[in-house]
Amino acid sequence: MARITASVYTSHVPAIGAALDLGKDHEPYWQKVFAGYEFSRQWLKASKPDVIFLVYNDHANAFSLELIPTFAIGTAAAYAIADEGWGPRPVPEVKGHPELASHIAHSVIQDDFDLTIVNRMDVDHGLTVPLSLMCGRLDPARDAWPCPVIPFAVNVVQYPVPSGRRCFELGRAIRKAVENYDQPLNVQVWGTGGMSHQLQGPRAGLINAAWDNRFLDRLVAEPAALAATPHIEYVREAGSEGIELVMWLIARGAMSDVALSAAGGATGTQARAPRVVHRFYHVPASNTAVGHLILESA
Amino acid sequence: MPLDRPYLDIPGTTIFDAEQSRKGYWLNQFCMSLMKAANRERFKADERAYLDGWPMTEEQKQAVLARDLNRCIAAGGNIYFLAKIGATDGRSFQQMAGSMTGMTEAEYRDMMISGGRSVEGNRRLGEDGDAQPHRQPQGRAARAARGEC
Repeated sequence: MARITASVYTSHVPAIGAALDLGKDHEPYWQKVFAGYEFSRQWLKASKPDVIFLVYNDHANAFSLELIPTFAIGTAAAYAIADEGWGPRPVPEVKGHPELASHIAHSVIQDDFDLTIVNRMDVDHGLTVPLSLMCGRLDPARDAWPCPVIPFAVNVVQYPVPSGRRCFELGRAIRKAVENYDQPLNVQVWGTGGMSHQLQGPRAGLINAAWDNRFLDRLVAEPAALAATPHIEYVREAGSEGIELVMWLIARGAMSDVALSAAGGATGTQARAPRVVHRFYHVPASNTAVGHLILESA
Repeated sequence: MPLDRPYLDIPGTTIFDAEQSRKGYWLNQFCMSLMKAANRERFKADERAYLDGWPMTEEQKQAVLARDLNRCIAAGGNIYFLAKIGATDGRSFQQMAGSMTGMTEAEYRDMMISGGRSVEGNRRLGEDGDAQPHRQPQGRAARAARGEC
């Protein structure tokens, strides 16, 4: 049986990718960001998963206004790197895991979550920047990402976007699906985006460190209550693009302490809260507050 | 029953909902076309002619030509789509975001390094934070012109 051993949470600021790609990562401004991921790169080497289920949002690259799926799961064998207007990032192609992705789609759709299934999709900085932060700089031709990745894109661009509660419940359904897969795979779920930031209008540049840190505390300690936070609070307190944080609740919902029982109810207190193996917070990376957590199943 | 849109009272902020998306459909789709290098070249060679190939409003075209991102957003644009114009011009997200505040590039960058814009006074219209309508544009020069510093 497959199992979810850990979840990783991180911002996916495009300028972080650009800094790495242009060799600026040792400049003092960027060193303060990358320093927060030195532990994480070692941790990922030591705790290498077989598959990463990576929750992110597309930023008007794979999906234009012609088609706006609320939840889209990639079931392809490979994904090309998107040209977002500056040319594609020089990083390795992303290999998928079609068998596990299709299995998760099958299970989660039968559990009433209406996913869009995607067999061709370019992946943008929302997916590649977290991989770069956790794996360091890789050569696009000679190197490869450490394992297959299942891209899971959430619409947080055009309202209405899914609620925090919907995301949390979806995470629980994903856990159930993974645990019913009959290969002994070690799976990590990554939730990306955030933290506080606003990229538009006279309010651009908004940062709310107190709110962000409270979000991190509650994500660990009381995720179900956190999931009840309405959209308007994210926007008012953490900026219009802070809404990306609902995606972290998908990854948190996939941890064992909040798992559903076979009968569909909560398992109660059987599983202990996850272990916080790393936590990092820094302002700024470009327009954005960078937040990062690694949780392991206790 | 009217849809719940509780986000209309946040200063300096436009939520990209179905109404904005409908208004900005062709503006945003024009932006998507700039993901192809050949289209970026055609646009740069004759911006007006390229824009005239799209069923956009004159206001949308003027806002693009002026690179006025606040006007583009008022006309239905979304920042992730509009970013393709910035990419075509070789500008970063920070330069684009800063341009909507009235601050110089250095002023905006310094604000971010100092911890970003505070939420205090900027949660609701009617407060007195720096993102409120009566305090636009921001930046030292504009504040001096208004006699604020």
